[in-house]
Formats: sequence, C-alpha cells, structure tokens
Amino acid sequence: MATRAKGGRAAPARPAGTFDPETPGSAAALLTREQKLELYYWMRLTRTLEERLVALYRQTKVVGGLFRSLGQEADAVGSCYALEQRDVMSPLIRNLGAMLVKGATPVEVLKQYMAKGDSPTRGRELNIHFGDIGEAGETRGFLGQISPLGDMVPVMAGVTLSFRMRGEDRVGLVYVGDGATSTGAFHEGINFAAVQRCPLVVVIENNGYAYSTPTSRQTLAKRFVDKAAGYGIPGEQADGNDVLATYDVTKRAVARARRGGGVSLIELMTYRRKGHAEHDNQSYVPAGEIERWAAENDPLDRYVRRLTTEMAVEATELAAIDARVTQEVDEATDVAEASAFPEALDALTGVYAEPPAASPLWFREGGRGGVTASERATDGWGVYKPDAKTESRVSQEDA
Amino acid sequence: MAEVTYLEAIREALFEEMERDANVFCLGEDIGAYGGAFKVTEGLLAKYGEQRVIDTPISETAIVGAAAGAAHMGMRPVVEMQFIDFIANAYDMLTNYVATARYRAFLPCPMVVRGPSGGYVRGGPFHSQNPEAGFVHTPGLKVVYPSTAEDAKGLLKAAIRDEDCVLFFEHKYLYRRIKGTMPAGDHVVPIGKARVAREGSDLSIITYAATVWKALEAAEQLEKEDGLSVEVLDLRTLAPLDDDAIVATVKKTNRVLIVHEDTRTGGIAGEITARINEMAFEWLDAPVLRVTAHDIPLPYAPALEDFVLPQTADVVLAARRLADY
Ligand SMILES: Cc1ncc(C[n+]2csc(CCOP(=O)(O)OP(=O)(O)O)c2C)c(N)n1
Ligand SMILES: [Mg+2]
Repeated sequence: MATRAKGGRAAPARPAGTFDPETPGSAAALLTREQKLELYYWMRLTRTLEERLVALYRQTKVVGGLFRSLGQEADAVGSCYALEQRDVMSPLIRNLGAMLVKGATPVEVLKQYMAKGDSPTRGRELNIHFGDIGEAGETRGFLGQISPLGDMVPVMAGVTLSFRMRGEDRVGLVYVGDGATSTGAFHEGINFAAVQRCPLVVVIENNGYAYSTPTSRQTLAKRFVDKAAGYGIPGEQADGNDVLATYDVTKRAVARARRGGGVSLIELMTYRRKGHAEHDNQSYVPAGEIERWAAENDPLDRYVRRLTTEMAVEATELAAIDARVTQEVDEATDVAEASAFPEALDALTGVYAEPPAASPLWFREGGRGGVTASERATDGWGVYKPDAKTESRVSQEDA
Repeated sequence: MAEVTYLEAIREALFEEMERDANVFCLGEDIGAYGGAFKVTEGLLAKYGEQRVIDTPISETAIVGAAAGAAHMGMRPVVEMQFIDFIANAYDMLTNYVATARYRAFLPCPMVVRGPSGGYVRGGPFHSQNPEAGFVHTPGLKVVYPSTAEDAKGLLKAAIRDEDCVLFFEHKYLYRRIKGTMPAGDHVVPIGKARVAREGSDLSIITYAATVWKALEAAEQLEKEDGLSVEVLDLRTLAPLDDDAIVATVKKTNRVLIVHEDTRTGGIAGEITARINEMAFEWLDAPVLRVTAHDIPLPYAPALEDFVLPQTADVVLAARRLADY
C-alpha cells in the first residue's frame, strides 16, 4: 500500500534491507528473530491477562466494567512496538497491548481494575486509565486517557508540540477508535497537530463497531484513512490483525515524524470480537460474523502460523513463552489480590497542588463546627477542622 | 395498574409522546438497534422506524445542534446523552446557541436532552457526574431531575411538550431500583413544581434525585430514634425553582437542611439558601445547613466514592444538629 501523500506513486527502489519510511515492508524486514518472538510474547500476555480479568470480573473482583481487545492484540502491540521508550503513547480502552509494550505491568492493570489503593491511580480511575509521562529515560511514556472520546488527540498534539518546541527527539502516538473519529476533539486535534507540524502519529483502530454502531453509520468515507487528505497529511491503511504489518506501517510513520515530517494518519483494519464491554451481548452483530473472524483472522493464530512456517520457530519455543506469560499473570494476580483497597481519607488528597489535601466536610466527624448554639461564637463554623491525628495521616499519604 | 421501574416509566413516556405527536423523534448514540446503553429506548426503533429513532455518530455537538435546528422548524427532538457526563461536549451548543435562541432571535427551541446521571454506581469520574448546576446557571434552559418513577414519566412528557429546551437528568442508580404505579391516562407532571415527599413539622430537608431516598431513609430513622418529624421536599425541577414550595416548608418547620449529590461549591444548595435568606429569613430558627458531595472529582474505588458522596448517616447527623440548634 502506497502512502496517500505520494498520490500512489511507487516509492523509489532501494537496496533490500534499507529502511525507508516510504517503502512498505522496509521496517518489518529489519526485525530480528528475537524481536519477532517478543511481539508474540506481548500479544500472548495481552490475551492471557484479559482472560484473567474475565475470571476476576465473574468473581466480582473487578469493580467496574471490563473491556476486551480480543482479536485486536496485533494492532495494539505491533503499532506501539514501533516507539522508543522516550516516545509518548496515549491509548484507548482496547490498547492494553500497547500499554504493556510501553511498560505498564500486569499487576498495575489488575490493581486498576480492582480499584486497589496502591494501583497507579490509587483507586481514583478505572481500568487502563493511567499513565507515566515526563522526562525521557525517567518515565515509560504513556499518557492515561479519559473517557470522553477524542480528547486525547488535542492533548497529544500538545505533548508533541512540547517536543518540537524543546528540540527533543521524541514523537507521540495516539489511538482513536472508528467511533471517536466523529468527535469534534478528534478533528480539531489532528488539524491543529498537522498545522503545527507536531511529531505525532494518529492511529485509527477500525474494529467495525463503536458500541453497537457499525462504521457505516459513523462515516460515509470509504476508508477512514481517506480523511488524511483533508488534513493535508499522509495516510496509510494496514491489516490490523497482522502484527508485522501494524509494526511496519507505524514504524515508518514514526520515522517520518522524527525527521520533521509532521503528522501521519494510520488506519488499522481489525475486528472487535467481544461486546463493547462484558455486559454487551452483541445482539446487533450479523450472524456468523464473529465466528468468521475468530476462525479465519485471529491475530495470534495467524502469527503463530507465520512464525512456525516461515520463520522456523519451534512450537516448543512458543509453549515456553506461553508458560512464562501464565506464570507472570498468576504472580501479578496474587500480588493484586493481596493488596489493600484505598483508605477513605485518601479521597481528600491531591485535588490541588496547594493545599495538598482538603478537609472533610463538617458532618463527617461528629459535626465539629456544625452550629450548635454553644458553638456559635467560635470561628469557621461549617467547616470541619481535622484533629491532629487525621491531619498527619492525610499529609503522610499524600507525601 | 402494574408497577413499573423508573427506567420503564421513562420509556413509557417516550412511547406515548411519539404516538401522540408525529413531530417527536429521538436521536442519540446506540439508541436504535441496541436500545441505548441502559436500554431506555428499547423497542422504539421497531415501532417507529429509523426516520424517528436515529442512531447518530459520536458527535454530541452535532446531535444537540441538529436537534436545535429541527426544533426551530417545528420538530420535537428528544436527545439521549449516552452518559450525561458527555453533555460537556455539547456545552457550547446548549449554553451559547440553544439557551439564547428565543431571547436573541425569537426562535423556539422545544427540545429535550436526557441521559443517565449521578453516582453511587462505581462508575468513576466520567460516568457518575451531576452537571446540573452549570445549566441551572444558564438563563434559557429548564432543568428537571426526578426521583420517582411517576415523576420521571410525567415530567418527561411535560418536557417534550414544553416550548423551551428542557434538560432531563435521569438518575442511573434509580433506573431499576425504584418502582412506581402509574396513574391511568395522560400522566403529565408540571415543570416547576416541587413535591412534598414526606410531611413533617420539626425540620425540612430540601433535596432532589437520588438523595430524596437518602433523605426519606434519614427521616424514618430520625422519627424512630429521636421522635423528630421531618418534612422532605423533592424539588423535581431545578430551573425554574419552586420558590413557593420552598418558602412554605420554611414557614412550616423553621429549620432547613439542603441535601444534594452534586459537589458543594457552586451547587444548587447555595442558591436555595440565598433565596431562603431573601424570602423567609424571619421564619428561620437556625441557619440553613447543607449536606453535599465533597468538592472532589468522583473517584472509582468504593471506599473513596462513598467518602466523597453524601450518605444517609450524614443527613441524620446534620438533621440532629439542626434540631438541636
Ligand atoms: C464524547 C463521548 N461520547 C460518548 C461516549 C460513550 N462511548 C464510550 S466508548 C463508545 C464507543 C467507542 O467506539 P470506538 O471509538 O469505535 O472505539 P472501540 O470501542 O470500538 O474501541 C461510546 C459511544 C464517550 N466515551 N465519549
Ligand atoms: Mg470501534
């Protein structure tokens, strides 16, 4: 698939084995055997971790909803594998694989879903809504999403704008779903980033549905990637269930961004095999569609076939990776289950930098200050003044 | 008459109004084939077809803006926000365009924006919000937030028939927990009228939405344990506020506690307190007190959410303070 910006013109011939952003396949061709096995590891870890989350969900240990990326592991893993540690990625709900590649750990994810007190957001936010950004080298480089769709596109425009302004050799990658492309934030964000020539890659995961809504009701464009022309940026579509293809297309867009080429749009074609979340029975999906994708286009099955037939990987090597993954997920589950829920008073910390903690409202502690006649003369009624013990606890936990 | 849930009551209102007036139509995300994230609109598509039950792209600004345009032309759109939290994405359209249309351009905007609201459901910061106060603050919008199945139905019917834009907040905690018996016939509850949910003489709790049920629970407990007679006023409509009902309950009990699930600063309790000061200060035997959520984004973990949101025990404690004053 040629890039749209080149108007379909064939890329100039290059010697084999040379990387070129405009030559499809030239990035994947340079992957080592070890790296290819690593891609398998991340995909397997994604799937196994989600299967564990399903089990915990059924035991009601997951507090909120559970979102699956079954059948989409290749698009998340392959695309994010194209980034360096110093780069920053912002995921969507179905990018668990990208989070793991970028360094989020299974135990963090499990604790998030289980709303544990030592989860990355200390029980404040759900599922994979957490991040770790800052200086290159000191952070893993992923920025937690919020629920309102599309909002991370403008935010990532700003993250990458800062890279450009400070002359840092870093790029950003932001995921949106097919549905999220209909938001104003998506449009404004990608246009802003394009005009500012931010080093940003925008990945549309086209999995056929937004909740129950098929893509045909989201846009009349034949392909989402055709929208790139409207922003004056290159766009490229790839098979989202082919992990090497998703890596290749993203790696080249990342290289373009690194060289000052600005924003690229990528559309990864995939399929959401589970409902929007675990509660959704998918009654709106045409009969046989899910089964067909599962049987014919499972990204892990496809990759295993390729590894074993084309790359001489032994089944025993893959089995060893599977066993390692299961062990890691088992260990992470034990740690997550053993960790405590947050203390109620932690809710009061961190709304502002200053003050670092709010006071509980007066009715929460014996009503101190809550206007009995005898207390009327004292100052500050209506606001509870924490006793020394409470105060130190709150500030300690904030530290 | 059969009992129906709060959610079914809303659905009944939609069916009846679509049947009554061919100009009424529904639009929103996943409301057609799927029947909406909470299944409120289930069955509407089968009965009224794609012309009148429209599955939209994920574009809240466009959904609300399109509703406004259609409303100008004589249609009666009913918009669903998949979660009311996403009404923020249509804030510009609602406050700048819709709210000012009649005043600045003499354009009618008879439309409803409805959606699941509120917490106590472990939904985290973006599926639990109560954004009503910002809209109450916007002249040109009406705001309704029922607590019972009967009111949910009757007020939605009134909202659809209203000549102006009505924001209709539905509490998702109540959807399947609360049941009511619908009066026969065309059950319409007027917008702008509060309801005495429980008669009392010692103190009044003014509240709305899910905390009506916390107030009623507290009132029971206070009667049993303290012999207090607590009146509970369910506002039902937040804009326009029912000043008469507020003043009447102040005059009756002389002590007022305002309870809401929304955060404290800038919440509606402040407005009600100011009105009581202006209209009925002489009738007060104690300062007006508030029990509200803390001024904190709503967290996900149960212990945190329970801490941030007002609970029945808080209402009991505050009512005792007020009674002792
Ligand atoms: C602005 C906004 N409107 C509505 C929603 C509710 N919502 C959550 S996910 C979703 C569907 C998203 O579909 P898509 O972008 O295709 O991502 P996918 O779930 O397929 O990965 C909707 C409508 C939201 N989160 N944000
Ligand atoms: Mg999708």
